[in-house]
Amino acid sequence: MARVGVFVCFCGANIAGVVDVPAVVQEAKKIKEVKIAIEYKYVCSDPGQQMIRDAIVQNRLTSVVVAACSPRMHEKTFRKALSDAGMNPYLLEIANIREHSSWVHQKDKKAATEKASDLIRMAVAKSIANEQLHEISVPVTKRALVIGGGIAGIQAALDIADARIPVTLVEKSPSIGGRMAQLDETFPTLDCSQCILTPKMVDVASHPYIELIPYSEVIELQGYVGNYKVKIKKKASYVDFSTCTGCGTCTQKCPVKVPNEFNMNIDKRKAIYTPFPQAVPNKPVIDAEHCTMLLKGKCGICAKFCEKGSINFKMVDEVIEREIGAVVIATGYDLWDPKPYEEYGVGRYKDIITSLEFERMVSASGPTNGVPVRPSDGKVPKNVVFIKCIGSRDEAKGIEYCSKICCMYTAKHAILLHHKVPDSHAYIFYMDIRAAGKGYEEFVKRAQVETAATYLRGRVSKIYKKGDKLMVRGEDAQIGQVVEVEADLVVLATAVIAPKDNPALARLLGVSYDKYGYMSEAHPKLRPVETAKAGIFLAGCTQAPKDIPDTVAQASACAAKVCGLFAGDTMKKDPMISTINNEFCSGCQNCITVCPYQAIVTEEIPLGYGSKEMRTVAKINEGVCQGCGSCVAICRSMAITLAGFTDTQIINEIVAI
Amino acid sequence: METEVKEAQGKIISAENPDITAPADWQPVIMGILCNWCSYAGSDLTGTSRIQYPPNIRIIRVPCSSRVDPWFIIKSLQTTADGVLISGCHPGDCHYISGNYYARRRFLVTKKLLNFVGYHENRIQFSWVSAAEGPKFAKVVAKVTEDIKKLGPLHRYKKENF
Repeated sequence: MARVGVFVCFCGANIAGVVDVPAVVQEAKKIKEVKIAIEYKYVCSDPGQQMIRDAIVQNRLTSVVVAACSPRMHEKTFRKALSDAGMNPYLLEIANIREHSSWVHQKDKKAATEKASDLIRMAVAKSIANEQLHEISVPVTKRALVIGGGIAGIQAALDIADARIPVTLVEKSPSIGGRMAQLDETFPTLDCSQCILTPKMVDVASHPYIELIPYSEVIELQGYVGNYKVKIKKKASYVDFSTCTGCGTCTQKCPVKVPNEFNMNIDKRKAIYTPFPQAVPNKPVIDAEHCTMLLKGKCGICAKFCEKGSINFKMVDEVIEREIGAVVIATGYDLWDPKPYEEYGVGRYKDIITSLEFERMVSASGPTNGVPVRPSDGKVPKNVVFIKCIGSRDEAKGIEYCSKICCMYTAKHAILLHHKVPDSHAYIFYMDIRAAGKGYEEFVKRAQVETAATYLRGRVSKIYKKGDKLMVRGEDAQIGQVVEVEADLVVLATAVIAPKDNPALARLLGVSYDKYGYMSEAHPKLRPVETAKAGIFLAGCTQAPKDIPDTVAQASACAAKVCGLFAGDTMKKDPMISTINNEFCSGCQNCITVCPYQAIVTEEIPLGYGSKEMRTVAKINEGVCQGCGSCVAICRSMAITLAGFTDTQIINEIVAI
Repeated sequence: METEVKEAQGKIISAENPDITAPADWQPVIMGILCNWCSYAGSDLTGTSRIQYPPNIRIIRVPCSSRVDPWFIIKSLQTTADGVLISGCHPGDCHYISGNYYARRRFLVTKKLLNFVGYHENRIQFSWVSAAEGPKFAKVVAKVTEDIKKLGPLHRYKKENF
């Protein structure tokens, strides 16, 4: 006879404010298997857990039901309490009377109380059919995969590798460095971005525990936490990196000129190129879309001049496989295209540029040698208007969220403009100044005081041309008047958006993403770097817009998670997986068809005891099974059982109300 | 099919069987079977966001919508529930890669069968709710509850009732 203990939580007023907890307890006591039913203020607290432990021992309970918050919240906590009392932790069931009752039926207390009682009846009925389960140990492959070689990926890779765990770093473009490599100086300290980033890039290339695979993409991921298999497509670079010395002669000689995406298409690069002088690896690749030799079969000048003979026009894409245990996604961000701002004349007026274009101009290694110029006539601008929230916080044209970094980098741009062109003046149109961060508010003050940038609160309604100037008409909400500023150059602080490849990558990896295309974390507050898929972590802007300090912190957090995962030689795995009863299995193999993990294989067993004749049955590899239950539902002979979610348990729940 | 609520002498009449009636303040019971990773998480988010919805649903957690055996739906309708809601991850977003596709096919067949047997099609509903769609879950539950209220009490197709 089952002896169930029911523990109903008040959760302060969260549950008790709506659900009549004592009445629920009285209802629970009426269930015939319930031996003891108690209410408590906070069951998750230490004394609450002690109460459960005592009750288990005193009443010789066979299963425990906790009626409290969602099992996604405290299932682990209560399972531990059970095992501390010497009981199998999987004899626990949770009735979710907070998220599913008190919080969502606040106006109907009677119905909420009835529902809570029903949920407890269901949980009690299920728990009666619970079985003792034991965690499974599976081996771990101690190698991490980092996708993306921006500052997030670099930091994560370095931190993991420093713990002597091998890392494979995959980068889409020919060089690591990412967006940070494009920046001139960084807020709020005005550190030179290249100066702090390039040493890290070199560390990545020279680290004995890091395998850097540039110019490549992840195309397939199989397996499960601790035991993934990844396929990486290495795009043909047409340059043999093992012999190339990176002398750069080929780049000089190449006759084909292509817009340079690293410099936001302000100047030109060659068809054989390294993205920027400090690139890591500092080896050129051939851009197959523009190379005349690859397109038309004529030219080959680079090959003629290459002393090492490193150029190979016959190179093809290569697929390499690695066995890994964990993945860090660090794919970074893109910038929103401001084309919908037609009233600003975006696309019509050359002297309207985006902030990253401005950033490249003020960069000492940039296309204009560190001096901002007007794209229309090459003159140095005197009056520069910066407009913030282009696309951000704009439901009509762009996206709803705040891009987080624009307030700060616009302040930085005002300061940099003042440094580069001392007699210039910056006007900044803003909606709000969001400068929450260490030293951030002071930095904005510095832009306002030291460089005397004019901050105008309000939106710009129109930009039109007057002579060779741009007239920026906007509202100054603080004086309540329309103002017009004569500008030589207009810089738009465009919104940060998720890379357009993110959803495809997320599907490939099996993690979820939000409506903007950012990867979703497992819990917004308490598990910010983990995805819902075990062993896959998030670093940097792939999760949401963030600045460099936050990105680096999150990347290091990912590294800590990976190191934690790899701390032992084996890993504990949830025992909620499927098993097959050979007696019932007819060998139809439908389960093999539906299993998404190829966890089921066939096995030959004797037809009967001592028989020489054999028959085929299905067999589940318990290391690979993830416990989805597809096979259980498709099995015609009902030979498969999913531990923790057996047919009996679920039917018990259904009929319990 | 007609979904207008049938009433006679202050009683609600079942859409399937006019002999089955319930008092005017009758409240249906809806069995919600949700996948752990998307819809159950989404329903938790509804709670965390304090978005209110009708209290008629009773939620069962399963690892994946593909775990839902048609048996569960039939058993619910036979015994306790006046309607069933199955909810899983959006197509392409299944935590178990492809489970929700199997669930969808299995569900369509089950629904057709139950429809053929005589259940109104709105008794059994399917939805995609992701872990981030708290407001959507509340909307789905409100809609399903509304639909089932219109259908009235359910004639339990089991031996004792014939």
